[in-house]
Amino acid sequence: MLKNRLFYLFALLLAVGLVLGACGTADDEDTGNGGDTENEQAEGGDQAEEGGATDFKVGMVTDVGGVDDKSFNQSAWEGLKAFGEEQGMTEMEGYTYAQSESNADYNTNLNRLVREEYNLIFGIGFMLADAITQVSGQYPDTNFAIVDSVVEADNVASITFQEHVGSFLVGVAAAQKTQSNKVGFIGGVDSELINKFEVGFRAGVASVNPDIQVEVQYAGAFDKADKGKQIASFMYNSGIDVIYHAAGGTGNGVFTEAKDLKKNDPDGNYWVIGVDRDQYEEGAVPDTDDNVTLTSMVKRVDVAVADVATRAMNGEFPGGEILAYGLNDNGIAVAETNKEALTEEILNEVNSWKERIAAGEVEVPQNHDELEAYLGNL
Amino acid sequence: MGFFDILQSIIPAAIFFAAPLIFTALGGVLSERSGVINIGLEGLMVMGAFVGVVFNLTFVDVFGPELTPWVSIFVAAIVSALFATFHAVASITLRADQVVSGVAINFLALGIGLFLVKQWYGKGQTDMVSAPFYRESIWLLSDIPVIGPLLFSKTYWTSWLAVLAAVLVWYMLYKTPFGLRLRSVGEHPMAADTNGINVNKMRYIAVIMSGFLGGLGGAVFALTISLDFSHATISGQGFMALAAMIFGKWHPMGALGAALFFGLAQSLSVVSGGIPLLKEIPQVYLLIAPYVLTILALAGFIGRAESPKALGKPYEKGSR
Repeated sequence: MLKNRLFYLFALLLAVGLVLGACGTADDEDTGNGGDTENEQAEGGDQAEEGGATDFKVGMVTDVGGVDDKSFNQSAWEGLKAFGEEQGMTEMEGYTYAQSESNADYNTNLNRLVREEYNLIFGIGFMLADAITQVSGQYPDTNFAIVDSVVEADNVASITFQEHVGSFLVGVAAAQKTQSNKVGFIGGVDSELINKFEVGFRAGVASVNPDIQVEVQYAGAFDKADKGKQIASFMYNSGIDVIYHAAGGTGNGVFTEAKDLKKNDPDGNYWVIGVDRDQYEEGAVPDTDDNVTLTSMVKRVDVAVADVATRAMNGEFPGGEILAYGLNDNGIAVAETNKEALTEEILNEVNSWKERIAAGEVEVPQNHDELEAYLGNL
Repeated sequence: MGFFDILQSIIPAAIFFAAPLIFTALGGVLSERSGVINIGLEGLMVMGAFVGVVFNLTFVDVFGPELTPWVSIFVAAIVSALFATFHAVASITLRADQVVSGVAINFLALGIGLFLVKQWYGKGQTDMVSAPFYRESIWLLSDIPVIGPLLFSKTYWTSWLAVLAAVLVWYMLYKTPFGLRLRSVGEHPMAADTNGINVNKMRYIAVIMSGFLGGLGGAVFALTISLDFSHATISGQGFMALAAMIFGKWHPMGALGAALFFGLAQSLSVVSGGIPLLKEIPQVYLLIAPYVLTILALAGFIGRAESPKALGKPYEKGSR
């Protein structure tokens, strides 16, 4: 009997340990973050007394990717930070971000920043479009900006990118690089935005050589690395040697597959074209000097965010406008990190197309209908 | 594309996709055969992927590129086994609701993983590991005509470890006294108790083994497919493993077959554009096939999917 009681006591202890342990983690996290913020604010306070050039305040709300997602949230925050530092603002006071852990946080975060009297609030990512529409209607005196989507309201600037143009240029590079005359495109979700990538890419490839086959597959998700790897495996197996992915985390699987094949067959042609930022690091094949990342279609969200913030501060906020950042304002770039793979010859070809697009000689298609027309005219 | 080329696209892709599911589904079989529901498979996979990646990143210099992935998956499995004891204590000793405890495991694993990554690396996801598993050809077997190139060349050793694990689990459950005891506590714990089997001890062992296998599944996924750890690394694979276990009727070989079938369905949906007959079928039907079949299996259309009798019921000594 006594033994039994002792056992229950032990079990109870474990249970309490479990519960307290669980609480502990959450607490740590909270106090950890809180502490950081306090520290930063404390430091910020000091700087504010020294700096404090203007009372313009700008904030941003991330989507679920978080501020360090190595993708557009991070890029946006870098842009905002650069802008803030340039203006002598203090972090978390003059410029700040609010992290969204789930889709339910968007409205809450936007409202919080409005209440804290931020003059301009960025919503990063098309997932925030609905929340921005709602909140901008409730607070007509605050300015908002949405990245990668369009919200029609006088106090909202819509920041979009000419992804089709960037995709066109990497398409040119792919067409120059391929030896099998077969290239592939892997999209995340079959949607209007990702179609822009696909259409631009196909147009770019066809502009160089209309006989090159482009295999297009959509994974149906941005977070299924296994699906990405299966598609890439199938594509490389069928003779495709360059794959352009616009699929976020699903693209991880594409890199894995290409690196795996390259490791087994160092002389083979297995190239990946990255998206959103320079994905050179992802393409490095361990223990060799090889890198499977041919180039990347880089979206300079940081440039766009800093630009809109500057214009807003100078009283020229482009409310109600749809801004399309492209080649001319450095909103789109083709990464040139992999000098060995992206030879001068390819680069020259890419640059000559870049000039023709900038000069208006070439109209890059944005959707499937325009692509049909474009291909018909070749 | 010839028929053989198509097979060569489909089969290897199906196998590497299935391997993590096989490990995890086997874990589910062990746990549920002993009478403990394990919704926490997803969380155990998350834990396995997290530990596997972090260990690999940290100790790659110590063990070298050849050995590191193997040590990583082993360590990940051990840590996940320890992690599964939470579920065991809550659901066996404390007789908590097993589903609730499993869900808690899922939340806790992701929370701990992301929190620690943030603390240790200062960002939302880890870097890519530099010592993952690579495809290799298996000596002798890859020289067999036809099936050699399909199954044994350019494959992952871990995939065949998964098949081996299924055989081992089957042998243990059906051919050893230990397996008979494990199954008996899941069917009729009181009868087992009367015969002198320590019901709770058996269930503890089963849940801990399921943690081991779940962790192995997660780590294999991370080191063959995603190569890094982030919030999206394990997104639903644990639940697919759960479905594979049910579709496989709580039998190790069934789970193996179901996981391979899921892999095949997904791989077919990728390749379907190149196959004349399948081209006519919209891709979405191939994508949902695994889930529809699982529902049909549960609803009793494909034979009877009978769960262990005492599944989900905590055992109280002396109760009737």
